[in-house]
Amino acid sequence: MTKRIIGLLAVAAGTACFAGQARAQGTTSLTGSGSTFAYPLYSKWGLEYHRLHADVEVNYQANGSGAGIQQFTNRITDFGATDGPMTDAQIAAVSGNVIHLPTALGAVMPTYNIPGVTAQLKFTGEVLAGIYLGQITKWNDSRITALNPGVALPDQDIVVAHRSDGSGTTYIWSDYLSKMSPEWAQRVGKGTSINWPVGLGGPGNPGVANIVKQTPGAIGYVELIYAIQNHISYGLVQNSAGRFINASLETTTNAAAGAVAHLDPNTDFRLSITNPDGADAYPIASFTWILVPKTMTDMAKAQELVHYLWWALHDGQKYCNDLAYAPLPRRVVQLEEERLKSITVDGKPVLPSNYRGR
Amino acid sequence: MTDLSATALEPEVAPRSTAEERWRALQTVSRGDAVYRLVLTVFALFLPLLLLAIAGDLVVGAWPAIAKFGPSFLVRSIWDPVNDQFGALPLIVGTLYSSFVALLIAVPLSLGTAIFLTEFAPRWLRTPVATMVELLAAVPSVIYGLWGIFVLIPLLRDHLWPIARPVLGHLPLFSGVFYGPSVLAAGVILAIMILPYIAAVSREILLAVPAAQREAGLALGGTRWETVWRVILPYGRAGIIGAVVLGLGRALGETMAVTMVIGNRHEVALSLLQPGYTIASAIANEFAEATSGVHRGTLFLIGLVLFLITVLVNALARFLVWRVARGSSVGSTAL
Repeated sequence: MTKRIIGLLAVAAGTACFAGQARAQGTTSLTGSGSTFAYPLYSKWGLEYHRLHADVEVNYQANGSGAGIQQFTNRITDFGATDGPMTDAQIAAVSGNVIHLPTALGAVMPTYNIPGVTAQLKFTGEVLAGIYLGQITKWNDSRITALNPGVALPDQDIVVAHRSDGSGTTYIWSDYLSKMSPEWAQRVGKGTSINWPVGLGGPGNPGVANIVKQTPGAIGYVELIYAIQNHISYGLVQNSAGRFINASLETTTNAAAGAVAHLDPNTDFRLSITNPDGADAYPIASFTWILVPKTMTDMAKAQELVHYLWWALHDGQKYCNDLAYAPLPRRVVQLEEERLKSITVDGKPVLPSNYRGR
Repeated sequence: MTDLSATALEPEVAPRSTAEERWRALQTVSRGDAVYRLVLTVFALFLPLLLLAIAGDLVVGAWPAIAKFGPSFLVRSIWDPVNDQFGALPLIVGTLYSSFVALLIAVPLSLGTAIFLTEFAPRWLRTPVATMVELLAAVPSVIYGLWGIFVLIPLLRDHLWPIARPVLGHLPLFSGVFYGPSVLAAGVILAIMILPYIAAVSREILLAVPAAQREAGLALGGTRWETVWRVILPYGRAGIIGAVVLGLGRALGETMAVTMVIGNRHEVALSLLQPGYTIASAIANEFAEATSGVHRGTLFLIGLVLFLITVLVNALARFLVWRVARGSSVGSTAL
């Protein structure tokens, strides 16, 4: 018995050594964690990049933006991923050694269930804030009917549904409502989880979608990806040009383009792009970010990481559409190229200044 | 006889060892004993130490929140992650309330099941029904949650509530508009989830009641019902209380199924039809995205509160069992 165990241990140890050697001979492993929203995209990128560069493995763990920032701060991961930018206090915790890189765009839209109403309803930010503040309580409220002439809205209670889990979706939604309603900004504010004035909470996009689907008179908000994949119908939202916009990948990319058109080239990218300029921009949109250090210590690893990110921002963008993420506008990618070139190890830049991708 | 066996055995006995050798042999054995004893002691100490380590970890993790809010945390109702203001009252009330509703439904049902299976059911029916009840415990809780969303909530809201409303609608316990996700829905789901535990343990307890007790009850002229109610159940009281506490412990800590049907609202609601929130659900919902130190600390702190509630419930149960056990022994001497 004992002999057999020792034998097994020896075999195990042998395999471990062998695996260790194989690894040491050339595979670089990049680890990242955070945003669950971006998980399908980042795992696809990891897979495709590994196919192109067999010696690089990108491991991404979707443990939530909060955990992503935490692990990045504690240097457990090589890069973090978040749906809400780091706060000033969090940046101070890493002594400012962080770059926010937008990687893709998400949008959030209102979805509702009103028995007998099949028309696509129109909303404004003020009306959505009024509903979520509990001030507009009936579907036939004059503030809703005024936006939707010709739609027979019933005298039905509005049941508000929201996310019960902390979420980047809630961040985008509350960021938009804060911009559109001073009262919302003052009473509630924005965050991944907030103090909801009214409503029922459901876990995740499916939780909210189920409350809406199962409850007559309910309104909720879901991510663009989730709505597209599950064929959920949703409302039009008025943008800053006064037009009612249907959320789509294209109008979401327009939102980012509108928001960065007059951007300071030295931006840290921690910007909110809700309610942007642009006639065809959907107003409830946001970046999702990857966090990387400005200065690193291990040149070999820094090179692999920066090359990978460069690839993700260029070739990687073509995977966005299939996975229902809105790709970055050209202007944002150009600015991000400068950020990647500013990353250094011991004062030496990781990328040559004339780098165009490999 | 003795002589014979002695002579017969003599050649087989090993050459007589010296006292010293025997002492050494004895020592080897006791060294093995010592190791055995040590291993067992480590195992036995491991679990209590683990419990202490968890409690310690919770206190350390909760410290930012404890330092900021103090004892008033337990009675405040605000939950505002944006401004880092938190209070646990709605969560504590919601946890106890939904579990209490669950017990109210599950205890009569599961005791009834256990009594039926041990005393009244025909023999061929007992094992299949008992197995099926126990199978309920094997269903993953997320399945119960889905069933709650798609079957239970529509059933309660669209079919049962319209019938019950004229009778119950004016009671404060059933006030307000019923949208579906509610303390009631959570209580019913929890009741179904804890039912198999209480039923299975109670059944074992009732099976362990000696046949003599039953026969004595019947011999005294009791009907079968009187025998169950006045002889068998009192005999098993202590064990049945234990079974109920086991169920309660599970209800207090259930997360996934509850969060899917309770509505997750940080508000103290006395009406069964209104949404509520429980401690375990709040931790599961908010932990991943809790970025501020105070928010994270608060989630540790409500974890600590849940831990204390569980300890208190168990202590109360031990006290009850002790009281009941003493009571029944007094009763039996009086008989």
